[in-house]
Amino acid sequence: MELCERTYSPEPLLGSPMKLIQALGADLMAGRELAWRLFMRDLSAQYRQTYFGFVWAFLPPLVASLTFIFLNSQGIIAIDTGTVPYAAFAMMGTLLWQGFVDAITAPVQTLSAAKPMLSKINFPREAILLAGFYMVLFNFAVRMVLLVGVMLWWQVPVGLGLAFFPVALAGLLLTGTAIGLALAPIGTLYGDVSKSIPIFAQFLMLLTPVVYPARTEGLAGWLATWNPISPLIVTARETLSGQDLTLLLPFTIITVASLIVAFGGLIAFRLAMPHLIARMGG
Amino acid sequence: MLTTATPIEKPLNASRSAGAAALAPVRSDDVLVDVRHVSKKFCRDLKRSLWYGIQDVLTEMNPWQKATASNKDGALPNENDLRPSEFWAVHDVSFQLRRGECLGLIGHNGAGKTTLLKILNGLIKPDSGSITMRGRVGALIALGAGFNPILTGRENIYINAAILGLSKKEIDAQLDSIIDFAEIREFIDSPVQTYSSGMQVRLGFAVATAMKPDVLILDEVLAVGDAAFRAKCFKRIGSIARDCAIIFVSHDQSQMARICTHAMLMAAGRSLYHGSTTEAIDRYNTLQAAKSSTQCTLQTHDAIQSVTFDESSAQMKVQAGSSLVIKLRVKSEQCLPVGIAFINFIDLAGTTSGQADFSARLDVIPEGSSELSLTIDRVDLAQGIYSLNLAIFASNKQETLVHAVGYAQVTVEGAPYMWCAYKMPVREIETTTAA
Repeated sequence: MELCERTYSPEPLLGSPMKLIQALGADLMAGRELAWRLFMRDLSAQYRQTYFGFVWAFLPPLVASLTFIFLNSQGIIAIDTGTVPYAAFAMMGTLLWQGFVDAITAPVQTLSAAKPMLSKINFPREAILLAGFYMVLFNFAVRMVLLVGVMLWWQVPVGLGLAFFPVALAGLLLTGTAIGLALAPIGTLYGDVSKSIPIFAQFLMLLTPVVYPARTEGLAGWLATWNPISPLIVTARETLSGQDLTLLLPFTIITVASLIVAFGGLIAFRLAMPHLIARMGG
Repeated sequence: MLTTATPIEKPLNASRSAGAAALAPVRSDDVLVDVRHVSKKFCRDLKRSLWYGIQDVLTEMNPWQKATASNKDGALPNENDLRPSEFWAVHDVSFQLRRGECLGLIGHNGAGKTTLLKILNGLIKPDSGSITMRGRVGALIALGAGFNPILTGRENIYINAAILGLSKKEIDAQLDSIIDFAEIREFIDSPVQTYSSGMQVRLGFAVATAMKPDVLILDEVLAVGDAAFRAKCFKRIGSIARDCAIIFVSHDQSQMARICTHAMLMAAGRSLYHGSTTEAIDRYNTLQAAKSSTQCTLQTHDAIQSVTFDESSAQMKVQAGSSLVIKLRVKSEQCLPVGIAFINFIDLAGTTSGQADFSARLDVIPEGSSELSLTIDRVDLAQGIYSLNLAIFASNKQETLVHAVGYAQVTVEGAPYMWCAYKMPVREIETTTAA
């Protein structure tokens, strides 16, 4: 029987990138089952000590959109959303946005929760990230129920574009995850990151065409084009409401870029982990 | 230790070719753990530590990073490598461990034992030196880490075993033996939060040892759990010890003396001694004794003017099983009737390991100056260093007459595997009263 051999030394792992990528792939494969178990564990634990259960998954986007629905219905702000009723438009936007924010938050959050385990057991740590991603998907799926209800109620016109929705959603969540992964090493050490995400997310939501349609002029128009999240949200909503996909090219570019960032983030995570664990103590 | 550049041969290859026959059992001279000049620095200051963490991560990610002198395998770390507030948590530790060997790590809290184990388990990266681990590594640094309190024992077995690297098939095959070993069959479908801490330890140990590791790392995990289960655990450790290499940390010296084939004494991250287990324990005890001898206190009754221990009693050496005499001089203004008199033997961990009861042999502390000679017929204690606690209480059992803590110290030799709390037979006290 050949024994597997592992060497630990200060040698930079980046020195042998092929080995690094192989090990990453092997751990991702080995971690799949574990990730599923961790996800099921978190899922069954998550809503057990709450009275309203899954309501908490869609309450934040619901409240956010209600604010704007109220403002719009009273004429305090006037937003023209064309064929789509404003309430449905705002709901779709905030639900998608919440999924995106969840994806950003997930890596830092799941890593912090797993600290006791990380500092004492050696296991495929990618499983933790994967489990966090499953949770993001699950929570989004719960919100989809609300989304479908909203679309039926306001009779949002649905077109062929709907078939493209999973791709648009994948692009949106992938970008969120890529940002989250990039923040994870710092976020595991400094609590500042997890504290600032919700604050910035709120501000960023107003800079992104979430509760209003993308503009073409002025600062808002510039932002709609150059804010990397705009094309993601706009495209995802357009696929839902049967509109033409106006920002397909930027969407594609951003998704591909996120793919690269996410891969880089996974490598960085792997490199950073021993140093982060050393600082976790425990 | 300063000749660091010498390349170290690879004994593994040699042994492989020697035992080339197919299906031959793995040779016992396989080196499974190879630790060479490993060092790791930690930081005392939290804020700084986090900042250094960021720096380390960035250095790690720099593809053009050059291995510094201290990074190279075998190079000794030097003090210049330390940034402000940093210290060596592990400093230039080297050892090899073959199949069938068991290394005991002994040292004060904070000596670097757990840090070393974490490096061995690949949790943290050494700052210099290198480690090679061969085969499957089972580490019990914390039992039941990863247990989710809300889920049932059965669910947790699967999760914990998956974390330790067992496939579902392997777990299925071993599930029954795990449950039986942990003795929790009737609770296996209840949430783990309803388990007692002992039950959780049993479950954790059962899962971790079910994986049949080549290298087993045990960090004080058996300090908890009841005696019956500990016995069971030691049986299991003993039965797998032949087929794997064990690294063992425990504060129970008799356990260590029995299980370990050799031991390493660590202090401030360095290896002070590496060799025979009993020698390592002795040296550790000497270190400890030097530390604890400063804690002395003497409380006396108002009528007692002075209590002095004979110089020969301050530091005594005795063979386990032989007799011991403790002499002290008491000066009292009046005759004091005695109710209780005893000497407790306190080991270095602070536990009372033995007692010699003189209550029936001492009626009074006479007026004037007197010399008491207290003889213990047989000192039935495990080898080690004990601090003596002499207590004499008045006939009403409440008033303290003499209570001397830590004035006398005795080193017991020659019984490495013994452990007991024992009532030792005692002899009449000879009292000579001066005029």
